[in-house]
Amino acid sequence: MNLEAYKGVFVFAQQVDNVISNIAFELIGKGKELAKDLETEVTAVLVGADVKGLADELAEYGADKVIVVDDPELKEYRTEPYTHALASVIEEFKPEIFLIGATAIGRDLGPRVCARIHTGLTADCTKLDIGDFPINPVPGKEQKHNQLLMTRPAFGGNTIATIACPDFRPQMATVRPGVMQKAPKVEGAKAVVVEYNPGFTPDSKYVEIMEVVKAVTDTVDIMDAKILVSGGRGVGSPENFKILDELAEAIGGTVSCSRAVVDAGWKPKDLQVGQTGKTVRPNVYFAIGISGAIQHLAGMEESDIIIAINKDDTAPIFDVADYGIVGDLNKVVPLLTEKIKEATAKN
Amino acid sequence: MKIVVCIKQVPDTKGGVKFNPDGTLDRGAMLTIMNPDDKAGLEAALRLKDQYGAEVTVVTMGLPKAEEVLREAMAMGADKGVLVTDRVLGGADTWATSQTIAGALRNLEYDLIITGRQAIDGDTAQVGPQISEHLGLPVISYAQNIREINLEEKYIVVERQYDDRYHVLKAQLPCLLTALAELNEPRYMTPGGIFDAYAKEITVWGRKDLKDVEDSNLGLKGSPTQIAKASDKVRKGAGEKVTLDPAGSADYIVAKLAEKHVI
Amino acid sequence: MDFTLSKEHEMARKLFHDFAEKEVKPLAQEVDETEHFPAGTVAKMQKLGFMGIPVPKEYGGQGCDPLTYAMCVEELSKVCGTTGVIVSAHTSLCCDPIQTYGTEEQKQKYLVPLAKGEKLGAFGLTEPGAGTDAQGQQTKAVLDGDEWVLNGSKIFITNGKEADIYVIIAVTGVKEDARGRKKKEISAFIVEKGTPGFSFGTKEKKMGIRGSATYELIFTDCRIPKENLLGQLGKGFGIAMHTLDGGRIGIAAQALGLAEGALERTIDYVKERKQFGRAIGQFQNTQFQLADMATKVKAAQLLVYRAAMAKKTQKVYSVEAAMAKLYAAEVAMEVTTKAVQLHGGYGYTREYDVERMMRDAKITEIYEGTSEVQRMVISGSLLK
Repeated sequence: MNLEAYKGVFVFAQQVDNVISNIAFELIGKGKELAKDLETEVTAVLVGADVKGLADELAEYGADKVIVVDDPELKEYRTEPYTHALASVIEEFKPEIFLIGATAIGRDLGPRVCARIHTGLTADCTKLDIGDFPINPVPGKEQKHNQLLMTRPAFGGNTIATIACPDFRPQMATVRPGVMQKAPKVEGAKAVVVEYNPGFTPDSKYVEIMEVVKAVTDTVDIMDAKILVSGGRGVGSPENFKILDELAEAIGGTVSCSRAVVDAGWKPKDLQVGQTGKTVRPNVYFAIGISGAIQHLAGMEESDIIIAINKDDTAPIFDVADYGIVGDLNKVVPLLTEKIKEATAKN
Repeated sequence: MKIVVCIKQVPDTKGGVKFNPDGTLDRGAMLTIMNPDDKAGLEAALRLKDQYGAEVTVVTMGLPKAEEVLREAMAMGADKGVLVTDRVLGGADTWATSQTIAGALRNLEYDLIITGRQAIDGDTAQVGPQISEHLGLPVISYAQNIREINLEEKYIVVERQYDDRYHVLKAQLPCLLTALAELNEPRYMTPGGIFDAYAKEITVWGRKDLKDVEDSNLGLKGSPTQIAKASDKVRKGAGEKVTLDPAGSADYIVAKLAEKHVI
Repeated sequence: MDFTLSKEHEMARKLFHDFAEKEVKPLAQEVDETEHFPAGTVAKMQKLGFMGIPVPKEYGGQGCDPLTYAMCVEELSKVCGTTGVIVSAHTSLCCDPIQTYGTEEQKQKYLVPLAKGEKLGAFGLTEPGAGTDAQGQQTKAVLDGDEWVLNGSKIFITNGKEADIYVIIAVTGVKEDARGRKKKEISAFIVEKGTPGFSFGTKEKKMGIRGSATYELIFTDCRIPKENLLGQLGKGFGIAMHTLDGGRIGIAAQALGLAEGALERTIDYVKERKQFGRAIGQFQNTQFQLADMATKVKAAQLLVYRAAMAKKTQKVYSVEAAMAKLYAAEVAMEVTTKAVQLHGGYGYTREYDVERMMRDAKITEIYEGTSEVQRMVISGSLLK
């Protein structure tokens, strides 16, 4: 493999029902930064049926070039035709980096493509940088420059690892939605559009889609929620939980509570976090008006980020909170909700 | 019907994590379990066995200790166990791992191969689809329900989960499925099953038993991806505590949320 | 002498432990509060073969050894004393005597469904006037043509009313020995629930193992086929005593599990609970108590496992069983009481499990032979 022949940062522009997924824009945003470090361009690869019209949007979010693979076989995602599409694009255009969203589509497509091409794929990256490998020079070993360094959590999040793919191209990585930032949209920006169709001949690897069933949104189990807005006795009354509901809605979270709240009859038991309730590990846990008794901590101390709001500065919850706010929740929470709404509206 | 289930013995991630000097995982030193997605795949195979009659073979690649997970599978009802183990196979990334397992599977007859979607140590979800690519089989990953299997006409119908929908897919047999832990509630072993499982012979294969695989694709040396560095995530203790006016408090929180990409 | 468990036994422990954690533990508090027999859990255990662990495969059992069975009761009892005794009474007190003394027909008819988990078993020896003094039996069985007619009552029967099959001890006659002294002839019988004349009386309200169904059995001209005599006529007392030897191993395992469960909870608690600015586990008073508790629990475990192995390899194991039960029960009482103390005020509340474990532990010093009886057995063997 002549590694020098591989140039450019390519991004899989995932679309579902001919709507480009946010992850595609996030990856283009990051791809642009990487391309800048490598003094090259970022190209979006758009795969589907009747999708040419979406190329402009990709340009507006920063793609310098868009390769469009348009074919009726590509209407709904299926592993084989999409793998053939991307593998053919890679062989034809030889990118040095290929980024794919770590979605239910990307985590199927990525490995199949990298196995067909014979290259390395690093999954669920939280950071991507251009650097050297080995990071520190090792005597007797060549130190390569301009390598993609892919950082990701492993072992249930207990470890952070940085991976490189020095001897194979393209260097492939999948990235979870919400990790990278979209670049600001530039209205009217245009990209070079290249149409490419490698030809699709169904074989035994093609599956048949018999039915597409769209999900009906359901109430979230607190154990599945990524953000929990949890209230304790300090909230004061069932009616006052309204301010927590509003915060939850603004931030895309779910309301949960402590045992005291369940015992008081304000909330049902399936919302209870704690020793005699549920154990949760959300990305963000708001502990509002919760003192932090051992039984409660047992149910939530593994949360990634704990934000506590309590007027008692000796409350034990502050021993585990990443960010502790000593204050009156009745004043802080509504203001917080407003400010979050402002911040998210800006994006 | 012959079903092959690929299972992995993984460190119970609730315990501590230990590394070798070269950055790869020191698997010998940790508490272990059968990977949950794989267990669901095994249960799916056992249910097909209950319903249609089938021979279920479980295959695992790992240290000799990984034999335990084969015994557990057999105590649940699998018929045969195969351990693929060899020093030269160690330190493999997903490419080398999938090459190894594909090389082992080429020795077996199968109508269906089931793997778990992802392992709780690597969390990559790559090996299953890569094995199917090496063997030239159709793959249905994220299987949330097996609706039908027809051996005469050689097809299987499976529900495949996406983020906002699911597809009902029909694939030709033989094919490979990757199972989600939500697919089912795996059965327990039985006490008698445990003793029976240990009374059986387990097939052990090394590098020489792998079919159509080159040395350059095996182990640490055959892995396109390499570890640049690895470290323990710093565990939580008390963080920052502030006393501000309500507006200041709200601003503080919003800033932290933005910093952490929550909003 | 190798003290390590085989791989099979380790895996079996893992099975029982996982089942207990997942299926039994979440219900333990509710079972205790409501005093409801955990029928759902029993059904699950029946499907998995937990109700016939030491019964040979040819009779529908799992074909494992007594140690595997003891480990099952131990692991279940770590999270729920009630669930542990249900398995123990069914297996040791009903399956075992039928397996040891039953005819082939009786084994096919009764042992197979018991071991397969289709039916639940129980054992009736104790009467209002006959506890430790088991010879004080008054329940009578009189042969009338092709049937035995039973009259009398049994109390404190575990799995009472829930069980389908009962091994019942009754007086079948009076004999005079060479010196002219009158001696009761006692025999064992198999009685099915639903037999006319067999009814249930009071359900006992108990201090502990509150989900265990403890009932009075009442026999009023209850007629059973003469084929339901278990073992030889007149050998019933010996059958009962031998059965209790096996039962004691089960109860010893239950006591062991309760002690281990209480110790585990206490260790977790003292690491978390802070007073005077540090975890109470850092005070030497706590540490020394835990050390003593752990040592006694380990000693109890070794005695229980030794008794289980003795049952596997020896014809007679009464002393091993008595020592295991005596020691494990007293350790369970001591350890669970200390556990409550080390939990402080919280330990006294029903939100924490240790007070239930203490209430559950008490009965292990009493049933299937009080600690006093165990001492009689042990000293009897020393001084013979």
